[in-house]
Amino acid sequence: METFDAFIVVFGSGIRLGVPLILACLAGLWSERSGVVDIGLEGKMLVGAFAAAAIAAFTGSAWAGLAGGVCATVFVSLVHGYASIDQRANQIVSGTAINMVADGLTALIGNAIWSQGGRTPQIPATALFNAIELPFAQSFGVVPILGPIYARLISGHDLVTYFAFALAPLTYWALYRTRFGLRLRAVGENPAAVDTAGISVRRLRYSAVVICGVLVGLSGVYLSIAQAAYFQPHMSAGKGFIALAALVFAKWRPWPALATCLLFGFLDALSIRLQGAILPVIGPVPVQAIEALPYILTVVLLAGFIGKATPPRASGVPYVKEV
Amino acid sequence: MSAPHKPLPAWADVALIPLVNVAAAFCISGLVVTAIGENPFEAVRLLLVGALGDLEGVGFTLYYATSFIFTGLAVAICFHAGLFNIGVEGQAYFAGLGAALACLYLGFLPGCTLAFVAILAAALFGAAFAAIPGYLQAKRDSHIVITTIMFNYIASALMGYLLVDVLRAPGQMNPETPTFPLGGVVPHFHDVFARIGVKWPVTPFNLSFLIALAAALGVWALIWRTRLGYEIRTVGANPTAAVYGGVSPARITILTTLLSGALAGGMAVNVILGEEHRLILEYTAGFGFVGIAVALMGRAHPVGIVLAAVLFGMLYQGGAELAFDRPKISRDMIVVIQGLVVLFAGALEHMFRAPVATLLARRAAGPPI
Repeated sequence: METFDAFIVVFGSGIRLGVPLILACLAGLWSERSGVVDIGLEGKMLVGAFAAAAIAAFTGSAWAGLAGGVCATVFVSLVHGYASIDQRANQIVSGTAINMVADGLTALIGNAIWSQGGRTPQIPATALFNAIELPFAQSFGVVPILGPIYARLISGHDLVTYFAFALAPLTYWALYRTRFGLRLRAVGENPAAVDTAGISVRRLRYSAVVICGVLVGLSGVYLSIAQAAYFQPHMSAGKGFIALAALVFAKWRPWPALATCLLFGFLDALSIRLQGAILPVIGPVPVQAIEALPYILTVVLLAGFIGKATPPRASGVPYVKEV
Repeated sequence: MSAPHKPLPAWADVALIPLVNVAAAFCISGLVVTAIGENPFEAVRLLLVGALGDLEGVGFTLYYATSFIFTGLAVAICFHAGLFNIGVEGQAYFAGLGAALACLYLGFLPGCTLAFVAILAAALFGAAFAAIPGYLQAKRDSHIVITTIMFNYIASALMGYLLVDVLRAPGQMNPETPTFPLGGVVPHFHDVFARIGVKWPVTPFNLSFLIALAAALGVWALIWRTRLGYEIRTVGANPTAAVYGGVSPARITILTTLLSGALAGGMAVNVILGEEHRLILEYTAGFGFVGIAVALMGRAHPVGIVLAAVLFGMLYQGGAELAFDRPKISRDMIVVIQGLVVLFAGALEHMFRAPVATLLARRAAGPPI
């Protein structure tokens, strides 16, 4: 029973750590499927988290915070879109720039407003996305095995978490079952063909970039006003890059993206849980090894040793319309 | 969507456009400073005084610049081969391990030979860490941008483990190695100057600066004066054409990333062997990423890189002084400027091309009647 409890605890925290990854990873998926490579997820996550925390702190409303966070990241996404689509820039350079500006600017403004080294004040519980108890969680919770799973793993998360989980099927449906999705995927593989069919490559790519901004904004919102109750500088702590790794690992597909992000979230939870623990045979656990696992797995996958991760063919390539 | 590549006179291409781009980055930075309620001109004055106002400031500025020359060159040499190495941060970090291991375990080497061995070890470890992404890009077609990002985190985890659990000095609380023996140290300029009777304040500025300048010269000679450099530029310009010319892009990719990693190792020489004299946790502090801004601003040319590195050295040193005087303008401002430079000098480098071309054409045609 004790191991089962531990299992529930680690999985629960794995879900909480996986949510920002899911949102950011699916954001990246939308962008990259349209041919716009986005290594600026990390920076946008920070912008979203900062704007959400700042606005929630000023207005006292979680929804205003959400709107502010999402608007801010959509703006940053549009800058990336302008550079990538209209200016035909190197998208890696543009993403790098966004990461740097976001990292510096959020800390700078936070420090200028609150003078706490970039940290926002604690945001009151009324301005946060709080845990929602699903119906019958209390009464069903006493049932062995299934009860705790329902009451403590499935119930008791906030709205953003439930949205993140709904997002994978939603993305799958939109990309593979709608006309817009088909065109969007086509524009990431062969924009010239889409252009020949009389559909605007530019417009499709801008839509993808905006969707990416909304979703990665939500991951930032989750970080600062759902998981935590404040913003602090560099709080995304590489999650944007793990999401990028997960995207590669999932080979740019929605369902595997959800699974990979949960796996990486679980690994993260495990490394926290095993801090200082001594396992039989292995001895003290080098926590860093578990922390590095997502990155190592991704490199091994990229090297083509387990399957082959092939990005959308036109990703990173600016489209030049024929004249 | 107008065509962004209008023909411009050579001087405008080489000097005017980069200047306009960098100016745009600094204008936006000025607006940011204004927005947080400070006077940007006053900030620039304080920054310049902090960076160049006295010999101490100059020493710190050049110390930072030394690191930036190395990381900038490391990024730039890859640009020439059409590669984007985001992993300079991790490579420099891992290179620190090479320098530390040499100093800690080869202490029996006589005199200053230890320092030379440690410098070589830093270059070797940097190159070795870049080798894997380079090999994977060349032979297995895995994108070097993604692999080098992953390797930055792998370096961070690996070094964290080594410094906390393996290399930490006995009884030491901080995750750092014991102090190196004297033979492994790259001398400070203030010591060297004192020996010839010149007074120079105590700063971290050390002889690595000369190695950095030599490296810049070396990269220039390599890229524009050797067969290998020609092959690197060919692969960067057109890998398909390179194959027809008998050049193997895979070989060039691997060689270039090795050189890039070795150059990144120069940062370990400056910071670890030149100043800290021990390996400390996360010593790279994002300087590997500054290399991207330096390389873009210097247009991947060693002369440009040295100038851009000194400018960023001024920003880092002056920025620290500025943050002390005006706490609202924290050191994060420097990261913002750095990002804006990457944005305008890199991603949006052609944005001002069309307006500038129009302006120049209008001036050439004489005033409108």
